[in-house]
Amino acid sequence: MALLELTEVHAGYGAIKALHGVSVSVEPGSIVAILGANGAGKTTTLRSISGMVKSAGRISFDGKEITNHKPEDIARLGIAHVPEGRGTLAQLTVWENLQMGAYVRRDRQRVKQDYERVMDYFPWMRRRRDQVAALLSGGEQQMLAIGRALMMAPRLLLLDEPSLGLAPIVIREIFEIVQTISKEQDLTVLIVEQNANLALRAAQRAYVLEVGRVVLEGAAAELARHESVRKSYLGQ
Amino acid sequence: MNARVAGLPVYSLVLAIAGLVVFIGIPLTTNSFQTFQFANVAAFVIAILGLNILTGYSGQISLGNGAFMAVGGYTTALLAAKWPLPFIGFVPYGLTIPLAGVVAALLGFLIGIPALRLRGIYLALATFALALAVTPVLNNYDGFTGGHAGVFLKSARPPFGLDLSNDQWLYLMCWAIAAILYVPAFLMLRSRTGRAWMAIRDSETAAVSSGISLAYYKTLAFAISAFYAGIAGSLFVINNAYVDPDSYSLALSLTLLIGLVIGGLANVWGPILGAVLVVWLPYFAEKSAGIRLGPISLGGKPDIEFGIVLILIVFFAPNGLAGLIGRGIRWYRSKRDAGRGAAPEPVPAVLKEATQGGEPSEIIT
Repeated sequence: MALLELTEVHAGYGAIKALHGVSVSVEPGSIVAILGANGAGKTTTLRSISGMVKSAGRISFDGKEITNHKPEDIARLGIAHVPEGRGTLAQLTVWENLQMGAYVRRDRQRVKQDYERVMDYFPWMRRRRDQVAALLSGGEQQMLAIGRALMMAPRLLLLDEPSLGLAPIVIREIFEIVQTISKEQDLTVLIVEQNANLALRAAQRAYVLEVGRVVLEGAAAELARHESVRKSYLGQ
Repeated sequence: MNARVAGLPVYSLVLAIAGLVVFIGIPLTTNSFQTFQFANVAAFVIAILGLNILTGYSGQISLGNGAFMAVGGYTTALLAAKWPLPFIGFVPYGLTIPLAGVVAALLGFLIGIPALRLRGIYLALATFALALAVTPVLNNYDGFTGGHAGVFLKSARPPFGLDLSNDQWLYLMCWAIAAILYVPAFLMLRSRTGRAWMAIRDSETAAVSSGISLAYYKTLAFAISAFYAGIAGSLFVINNAYVDPDSYSLALSLTLLIGLVIGGLANVWGPILGAVLVVWLPYFAEKSAGIRLGPISLGGKPDIEFGIVLILIVFFAPNGLAGLIGRGIRWYRSKRDAGRGAAPEPVPAVLKEATQGGEPSEIIT
């Protein structure tokens, strides 16, 4: 059974509709990518999953309907959302940012373990744990945002354009870490990306959105060979 | 961080003793008006501390905390001198002060609910409207509030036959209450609650996606901020033994914000510095003969002098006076350690980058 299931989801901002019946299915333990141009509805899809935008249709997580639940309640179910453009808390230190991720957790021992694990994935954080996030580089901030999400011990990680504004080498590093984490911890990841090349290599399945609709879906490797994808998103 | 002698942190000790000497010295060496002014400083400390929680730490800009002070002030005035309660009669000050805080907190909570939908400049505007409404509302319901004429109260006399003048007693009481109220604020800001507030300030999206309830923490910040403002308003009324609607004009709300910003936003000690400044700076501006710059004389134009000093502070101390002092201390320490050739002390987070070097960074504000 799919861990996350979107069925005919409609969403928008006031009179402007951003999603016109999007259906997406995410299998547990997999990485799924959503591709599309600016304004295709990628971010809105993630926001409707995490309850940050009102939506119609049906969104279910682990068999339970979560459509239009409060965002903090959805987070508590184990859905960690790393928002677009670095979700770091600028004036808080690296350590405090990570603690915020574990905000709702009561299992202190496990939190400590997860903290160590995050430190192992991002060793530079150990050296800079008392530095405020505002002083980190863009790539480090993105990693910190992911680290904060991991501190929730999530079952589903939503990543919104992790590559935004970063150098190619940093983007590659982040994608590699995400793949490693997904494999090692059996973490399910739904990733929204404009960088189709990297996303298709990291993901097992992918969806292509155009103006609020799914126009293509399938195994990532197949989509990478698909003519229109190659033309529109891979520039080949 | 601290040099220790016999296991005691020397600098903190020296600072604490110096603070105590100043605290006791003020009422003994100043005249009664000045002592009274310093009592008002304490009330401002409390009000600005409350605003710091809301605006400095939670990031919710309020131009309307003067309204919460008004509620606290009038709660005290009406209960203590205008509307005796059945069986109890006029309520003694010892009870009206906490009561003023509670009633103001209730209003703060109610204002916090619609404020959930407003952000940044729009929230500032809405709270601005609140501050504007205070004086007309108080004047309008003059049957209940006493209107323009205001309410006169009995002046607070020192209890237990203490050998103090009225002003010395007010000074002592206000600062004692300020000190007491500092403790929960200090603890709260260092707890989960404080971290949740700062998370909301830095990124609402990130805060919510960590499972933090915006509704809960924002209304909580409003209620607590209003509680502090209510107590401060109550102390003002008791200090002056008089209140009228014009005591709570828009200027009061703006003064709080000015005090907060020049004292140091999101700095625990900022409210004290800010309060001293907003009480004494206008007074000195009024007193001084005026600065003469060739043909331009600022004599008799206190607002201009006040404004110039404010601009200078904002310009040269962008993190407020508390930030400036913090910078001075760090500068002194780094100088001293460099001279000694000792291992450098742990550098505060903000400065670390500069001393580490080598690693790429960018400042995003």
